[in-house]
Amino acid sequence: MKILSQIIIPIFVFFIIFYGAKKHVKVYDTFLTGAKEGLIMVFHIAPTIIAMVFAVNIFLDSHFLEGVLSFLTPILTKLNMPIDILPMALLRPISGSATLAIMNDIFINFGPDSFIGRLASTIQGCTDTTIYVLALYFGSIGVTKTRYALKVGLFADLMGIIAAFIITAMFFG
Amino acid sequence: MVNIIWASLIFIAIIYSLITGNISTINNGILTHAKSGFNLILEMLPLIVLWTGIMKIAETSGLLEKFSKLLNPILSKLFPSIRKDHKALGYIASNIAANMLGLGSAATPFGLKAMEELQKDNPKKDTASDAMITFLVLNTAGVTLIPTTVIALRIMHGSLNPTEIIITSILATTISSISGLLLDHHIRKRAKK
Repeated sequence: MKILSQIIIPIFVFFIIFYGAKKHVKVYDTFLTGAKEGLIMVFHIAPTIIAMVFAVNIFLDSHFLEGVLSFLTPILTKLNMPIDILPMALLRPISGSATLAIMNDIFINFGPDSFIGRLASTIQGCTDTTIYVLALYFGSIGVTKTRYALKVGLFADLMGIIAAFIITAMFFG
Repeated sequence: MVNIIWASLIFIAIIYSLITGNISTINNGILTHAKSGFNLILEMLPLIVLWTGIMKIAETSGLLEKFSKLLNPILSKLFPSIRKDHKALGYIASNIAANMLGLGSAATPFGLKAMEELQKDNPKKDTASDAMITFLVLNTAGVTLIPTTVIALRIMHGSLNPTEIIITSILATTISSISGLLLDHHIRKRAKK
């Protein structure tokens, strides 16, 4: 599998350029045209990225989430909920790098083959950073009225996390 | 909506740090995090420029159109509002394929390009179109077949079977995507009535 993941991009690049040359496309000139569009694209998304990274990171710095969770812990323990997974579930739509760090901690504390380790792996793999993706994609084209996009995105995240819990329990329970 | 979330994150951070006496961390953070955002852009820049260049070749040679035709039966069901020969479909198909293979760095430029193409047909430029929302639902649900980062971390921490979570991830992401698409479909149908 390691070989497969290493070979897929080179083959992809080779094939596109090969096919282009075969169809008499001026591959180098066309590449430059596309690359210029890419540069403009980055210029458009730069403010969104700075705004989101800034807000998410100072939110993480404040340790607000840990505060709320330590307040809720006694109740959740009584309900038999795996508390250590909660920060990950709550942060999944906001920050991909934060949940990756939490997953890393879970692996250190409980091991990757523990129930919670497998659950964390499944949650990390089953959904993407909804709020970041929405801000980035809509920000890049200047759409400010996002209608029901966030609602549907967060609903999909919630269902994914619930499904991850049930499926992990069924497979490895 | 993003306005509210963005402001809430900042308000909560500052007020909570004032209460807990942790304000010096925030003070330092305000200055350093703008820089980490900039660093992220610098990391993305060469990848985006490279992939949009490569994909322009695929677009010009007609390869992208061929690829989207291959996936047309599924795409036309998911995006009933887009014409069959629309350029956006090729980029949507490539974005989904790259996501599935765990090629995140390539998926983002394809996705941004798809949004650009969808925006050309959007009558209200400041408002999201139906197709854009469906596309983003697919993206935020993150249809990934091989979660490469997770597997790498599991190997690093000495998992006996690092890839065993592939199947659970695929099942969970399928449920997440289908629920998102169903809700999206339901809202659109109700709006038409």
